[in-house]
Amino acid sequence: MSMPIFEAGSDPGANFGELLRRVGLSPFGSVSVDHELVIPHATTCVAMRCRDGVVMAGDRRATSGNLISHRSMEKVVQADEFSGVAIAGAAGPAMEMIKLFQLQLEHYEKVEGQTLSLEGKANQLSSFVRSNLPAAMQGLVVVPIFAGFDFHTNSGRLWDYDVTGGRYEEKDFVATGSGMLHASTVMRISWRREMSTDDAVKLCARALWEASDADSATGGPDSMRGIYPVIASITKQGWSQVTDETSAKIYSEIATEVGAR
Amino acid sequence: MNTPYYVPPEQFMKDRADFARKGIARGRALVALQYDNGIALVSENPSSTLHKISEIYDRIAFAGVGKYNEFDQLRVAGVRAADIKGYQFSRQDVDARSLTNQYAQILSQVFSEAPKPMEVELLVAEIGVEKSADRLFHVMYDGTVLDEHNFSVLGGDSQAVADRLKNVYVPDTSLKTVLQNAIAALSGAEAKPKYADLEVAVLERNGRRRCFRRIAESEIEELIG
Repeated sequence: MSMPIFEAGSDPGANFGELLRRVGLSPFGSVSVDHELVIPHATTCVAMRCRDGVVMAGDRRATSGNLISHRSMEKVVQADEFSGVAIAGAAGPAMEMIKLFQLQLEHYEKVEGQTLSLEGKANQLSSFVRSNLPAAMQGLVVVPIFAGFDFHTNSGRLWDYDVTGGRYEEKDFVATGSGMLHASTVMRISWRREMSTDDAVKLCARALWEASDADSATGGPDSMRGIYPVIASITKQGWSQVTDETSAKIYSEIATEVGAR
Repeated sequence: MNTPYYVPPEQFMKDRADFARKGIARGRALVALQYDNGIALVSENPSSTLHKISEIYDRIAFAGVGKYNEFDQLRVAGVRAADIKGYQFSRQDVDARSLTNQYAQILSQVFSEAPKPMEVELLVAEIGVEKSADRLFHVMYDGTVLDEHNFSVLGGDSQAVADRLKNVYVPDTSLKTVLQNAIAALSGAEAKPKYADLEVAVLERNGRRRCFRRIAESEIEELIG
């Protein structure tokens, strides 16, 4: 493999996706699927703003049709120091998109010597989702949520996307995936503008609990195997993931409360 | 019909080497030194935005001296090659040796074929999980590769700086000590440069994925007073 050097007029700059296309490694492209594929799908993710930033969470289940294909998938991942991405949809393309997105942010930072703005990152993800449209038309839909701390506005911000790459900034909370209806109902009732990060973490946990209670494709807390939803907050201090011990405690409180209904 | 003058290859190479060396000698020197917990890279650079030292990958740093636009082009090519390799295979598969060989290939080709050789010298530094796996690869303007240990000096007046450093350098010392050594060796008999005119970065065994870190002026002051 040789080192990629380009002519001054045709240099791809800090765009990693374009660079991959030039060297013939782009993962995007049309696929033709004649019959319905049974492939793993990742399900419910939620995100909400709180006083100090944003909190995002996702369950751990991936399903293929009516089977559980993975119990410990991580759909909420850190994109860089001050942002994260949560993804629902066809697991393969979704994971590839996350990987490419993380690389793009780091690549830009190294080539340009500074990080992209949060808005710039959101926009970049938009173009990745749009590039996946041909595959989405064949059923390989990928719909992410992007959230992070914006030092320009000094607040947490979040965006959700549609399958065409449409990008919508949300002011309060958002859910995606098969359990989104139940999760957003929970958030709609309890979400408050000036919530603390801890309260937002508990509300995200609760939203996923209710989603898993009513939607078969969403996984609940699995105390037997020690698998809990991934919950993370992003504030001025950066990305911080809730430990399994804390999650276990939050879920045992929820279980006690539900048991006493 | 004009017949081109015959230039013997020895003369051709010597002219080009002299040209490149002159260009490089115009700039200030740069040093990289191994310390107990990583590799420090130190250079005099009055600009705080046009860097001579940069991050290439998780454990790999790049330093260039000479003509800025030329070594910056090579730096970006290195970032690209590393990111593509990491994407295509695994992050573990990206290593300094392979990048160095690619740089050497480009530089030697440009040296003998392009209208003018590149007026740059490069350093590709990598820290291993253990100190024994640390690497300092020094690439010359003509593609010559030197595998160096303890410290490496690039750029103008490098022989004098290396001689000064040889007298004071002790392996396995602290970051503070190697920074003091580097600054003393770079300035020699001249007055010590202002901290604002120094560009300092380290590759440190910090347990994180990305080991490259720039050291700000305030931190240099805190470290060595």
